[in-house]
Amino acid sequence: MSCTEVWWSEMEHIKMPKVENVRLVDRSSSRRTQVGTLYLTATHTIFVGKGSEDRSELWVLHSLVCNVLKHKASQSGYPLLIHCKNFQVIQFIIPQESDCHNVYISLSRLSRPEKYEELYCFSFNPNVDKAERGHSWDFLDLKAEYSRMGLPDKLWHVTAINREYRVCDTYPADLFVPKSVTLPVIIGSSKFRSRGRFPTLSYYCKENHATICRSSQPLSGFSARCLEDEQMLQAIMKSNPGSRFMYVVDTRPKLNAMANRAAGKGYENEDNYCNIKFQFIGIENIHVMRNSQQKLIEVSTLRSPSMGEFLTGLENSDWLRHIKSIMEAAVFISKAVAEEGVSVLVHCSDGWDRTAQVCSVASVLLDPYYRTLKGLMVLIEKDWISFGHKFSHRCGHLDGEAKEVSPVIDQFLECVWQLMKQFPCYFEYNEKFLISIHDHVYSCHYGNFICNSQKERKDLCIKEKTHSIWPHLWENKLDFTNPLFKPDQSQNQGLLRPRTAPYCFKYWRRLYNRFDRELHPRQSELDCLMTVKEETQQLEEELALYEQKLAVLDKERAKALYMQKGVLESKQTLWSLPLDTSLANTPQDYIGGFIGGAPNVFTLQQGERENAELCLFGDKPKSSDADNSDQESGVADFSSHSSGEESLPSEDSVKDPDSDETGPNRE
Amino acid sequence: MEFAELIKTPRVDGVVLHRPFMPTVEGTLCLTGHHLILSSRQDNTEELWLLHANIDSIEKRFIGSLGTIIVKCKDLRVIQLDIPGMEECLNIASSIEALSTLDSVSLMYPFFYRPLFEVIEDGWQLFVPEEAFKDLESMTDEWRLSEVNKDFSVCPSYPSLLTVPKDIDDESLCKAASFRHGGRFPVLSYYHKKNGMVMMRAAQPLTGTNGRRCKEDEKLINATLCAGKRGYIIDTRTVAVAQQAKARGGGFEQEANYPQWRRIHKAVERSNVLQESLIKLVEACNDQSHSMDRWLSKLEASNWQSNVKEILTTACLAAQCIDREGASVLVHGTEGTDSTLQVTSLAQIILDPACRTIRGFEVLIEREWLQAGHPFQQRCAQSAYSNGKPRSEAPVFLLFLDCVWQILRQFPCSFQFNENFLIMLFEHAYASQFGTFLGNSVAERLKLLLSQKTVSLWSWVNRPQELERFLNPLYEPNNLVIWPSVAPQSLLLWEGVFLRWNRSSKCLDEANQEMVHIIEYNKELQNKVNSLRRQLAQLETEDGPLQTP
Repeated sequence: MSCTEVWWSEMEHIKMPKVENVRLVDRSSSRRTQVGTLYLTATHTIFVGKGSEDRSELWVLHSLVCNVLKHKASQSGYPLLIHCKNFQVIQFIIPQESDCHNVYISLSRLSRPEKYEELYCFSFNPNVDKAERGHSWDFLDLKAEYSRMGLPDKLWHVTAINREYRVCDTYPADLFVPKSVTLPVIIGSSKFRSRGRFPTLSYYCKENHATICRSSQPLSGFSARCLEDEQMLQAIMKSNPGSRFMYVVDTRPKLNAMANRAAGKGYENEDNYCNIKFQFIGIENIHVMRNSQQKLIEVSTLRSPSMGEFLTGLENSDWLRHIKSIMEAAVFISKAVAEEGVSVLVHCSDGWDRTAQVCSVASVLLDPYYRTLKGLMVLIEKDWISFGHKFSHRCGHLDGEAKEVSPVIDQFLECVWQLMKQFPCYFEYNEKFLISIHDHVYSCHYGNFICNSQKERKDLCIKEKTHSIWPHLWENKLDFTNPLFKPDQSQNQGLLRPRTAPYCFKYWRRLYNRFDRELHPRQSELDCLMTVKEETQQLEEELALYEQKLAVLDKERAKALYMQKGVLESKQTLWSLPLDTSLANTPQDYIGGFIGGAPNVFTLQQGERENAELCLFGDKPKSSDADNSDQESGVADFSSHSSGEESLPSEDSVKDPDSDETGPNRE
Repeated sequence: MEFAELIKTPRVDGVVLHRPFMPTVEGTLCLTGHHLILSSRQDNTEELWLLHANIDSIEKRFIGSLGTIIVKCKDLRVIQLDIPGMEECLNIASSIEALSTLDSVSLMYPFFYRPLFEVIEDGWQLFVPEEAFKDLESMTDEWRLSEVNKDFSVCPSYPSLLTVPKDIDDESLCKAASFRHGGRFPVLSYYHKKNGMVMMRAAQPLTGTNGRRCKEDEKLINATLCAGKRGYIIDTRTVAVAQQAKARGGGFEQEANYPQWRRIHKAVERSNVLQESLIKLVEACNDQSHSMDRWLSKLEASNWQSNVKEILTTACLAAQCIDREGASVLVHGTEGTDSTLQVTSLAQIILDPACRTIRGFEVLIEREWLQAGHPFQQRCAQSAYSNGKPRSEAPVFLLFLDCVWQILRQFPCSFQFNENFLIMLFEHAYASQFGTFLGNSVAERLKLLLSQKTVSLWSWVNRPQELERFLNPLYEPNNLVIWPSVAPQSLLLWEGVFLRWNRSSKCLDEANQEMVHIIEYNKELQNKVNSLRRQLAQLETEDGPLQTP
């Protein structure tokens, strides 16, 4: 089926391509709504505001839609609530019940594609040729990553055993194993492990030869053992010449692991394996995590909750407790590797959820490289994509088993975020990078996070039919750079030792309330510093230029230069102006509608008030307001510098005239 | 000197000091009249100088003859001293207890402290009511400065000079004072230049159960309204609490008697409740159990963050009435010395950019807290580790600082000062070598001759060397009214105060230094570029007639 055919078949699902007079409700204040037209396309839901001046647009990818709900009719129409996987919540009010129902039916179908070919990445067609597309997939090279780690070396090498995905169809083709293990040992071990996921290398510390290896649970039941598997572990231990034992970390709660024994699975018996120290770390399973995040989302979307409701809800969701348990597991492993010089084998049940989390967070703690932009991409490519984290199932890309969905990768990104909070100078990337990755994991805009394994991606010809996200993120690296990053120090600062006291874990407002702009600081320290740094760079260039010119002291050149003067002068204070001054001047609802709602002689009408705000700090500066003229010019200047997120396709899903993030509507 | 009588053992050798995140120090412990000093007599180790006044409570325990004293400070720090010898330990403990709970104000350290720096600018002159009134006069002629409280007889907690409506004479003021709790009749707190609206503050009216009224009080506050306009009375108490106050002779303004005013009740907690909240919060922060559930439920149960939210919301409401509704506002609670001041001072930070500068903020504290009669001495007598019966201590000022910090977090470029400035103020309010926060009112301070006998905190803070530490590198003045978010997601725990001693600040300090470095380097480059540009331009003019581009 070609893309066009898919497109046409999707068009069939659209019962209602266009609805007029739809109201978009502002979630921070239900009294603020915007009238416009709703369009359904094969890929997006689009809302275009009607106002003659504020033609704001809202674009939502169907693949980002988590669920669609119809609410009870109100006097103004039929509400339709759309929850997105990036935590955006959109409420439309549609005048006619039949229209509302049609939109509901269409969206429900469009947001649950049944076939991979229906996903957006297969129809997304940026203007690049075939060679460039292929090139984009070569941006990350895992072979290079392993050689960065120092592999292969005299103890570890790549095995070709899984080239055809015959030993383990969820593993990548290339795997590192100890040189000392023979093919029969690998095959024997793989037969003794769930889904054939035998122990293989994930991270190698070349300084002390300690490794993090990963696998799935052994099929030990109550008493079964496997000589080859025991030899495999022995070989891993011996490939770390300095150590006399290795850790085997089962990331599941002990009770869960024991229950698995009844099903013929289970965990390693210390008596059967030489020199292993076995350790349970109680991270809960995907179902617990799914429910936990659901509760967290409910808390984050409460409308004007009290402090008590919020904190109780946060506690009851257990979300931060789970984040803490993942972090603690990673801390244990990273210390074992860096401080004790002991190798660790990590597994859970299948070895693609908790194992991926724990191995990758431990790697971030261990290796400064993973705290760089490129490094984090590589880490996700290696520990998540190549090792068969089931993105399609966990993210619910296709209509399918709801029980397979779980925010496993969300938790990984959040652990990294929590670390960034504790170590503000040790990460090259900022939280926008994490949020952007989160967005793309779910958006199906690029092919990277499609399918459940390397084999599936190969069979689907993902590299030939879709584009890779990584070069795109790399091009926008200026926006994703942490201005406080100190590379030198970070290199010296090998192992991060985060604190894991409960109060060290914070609620990630920027992710969970990402679209509730009024909840975020109105001036952003990050944006400020990023702009200063950018300006500093320009100044450095200018300085070099001037110095050069002075040295030459050419008359004509001096004149030419003089002509350019003033370019920077006009920009000198541009960084100092907060992006969000428009929001600064918007009070919240501090009394629950008392003032605006009460019949009061001197209350501004809603429209007037919004106009007043617009005039003061919106796109149309009014020179009559002397007090603010400075700011306005500042804002105008600033927009030329505004963050480059505008070029990020998924970010342009929000086109709001007074948004600080989007480009098109700014001058 | 009576201090000597209290110090049973002035020095002990071989004392070991334990502090979180710092290496232990062994040295000699000395007790002086005002300090607990531990010196290792090694050049490169830090000595501990602790004001007795900073000690909130102590605990002692013994293992054999080794005694241990746990010292819990008002700035929330907890340190441990291991003292060899049971007798020495007992002596030290009882001396510390006696010295840290001296009753007489005039024995406090500020009366003995001699500054090691030259006072360039006397902080006692930071705020001069007459000058502030001159500023007001330049904007409006509807107010006058009244000397009715010259001898503090009309209202003991008010200063001698008060700004009142021009048309109200002193006799009416006295009558209005007799109708308000503690004599605190409505006075001007803030004039909003942008639209001429005002914020006034007072104490509750003494309506009692039979609905007393006072024509002068009504006339006084009506005098602040423009013709045909209405105003808002923000009562910081809930309706129920305000109703209950009637039984004790207090109450609130009846609509019938104040038809031009609309009353709004909010729920800012009373001071005794706040003290309880602080104690619970600090206990939660010091909990070692490592359980997430326990931490979050204790944090919630302390209600501290709820208090922050409530106070901030009320202040925002007051500011909104003034700036957005174009209405004047009267704020009061019960006594008008606690929640009222939290609300009026925060509203000014939201509305008035001047209050977001260092000097402006100092003036705000002088005007809205010290002069306005917040009983600092009573409120800050004990902090979170007080274990005796609570008297009148309460973290009213700390909550105000917490709210300021919340706004600062949300508007990191709008304040001239940084978080350290707020933490410093918290420390000095509870224990200080300076006299600024001694006494409970202007009258008390005059009687204590503080301005002659002690040094003002501002004399020290405003020296350029000190100020540097308190400057916010991101500050860029703006004239905006800044509306903070009061959603629970937006309000954070003030770690700089509450977790300060439970975490290593190394990484955060590093980040702050880096931030300063980024901005300083930028400025340095800018200067270089500008000077080179001038040089080039000069060369050009020397070389011939200027060609204007």
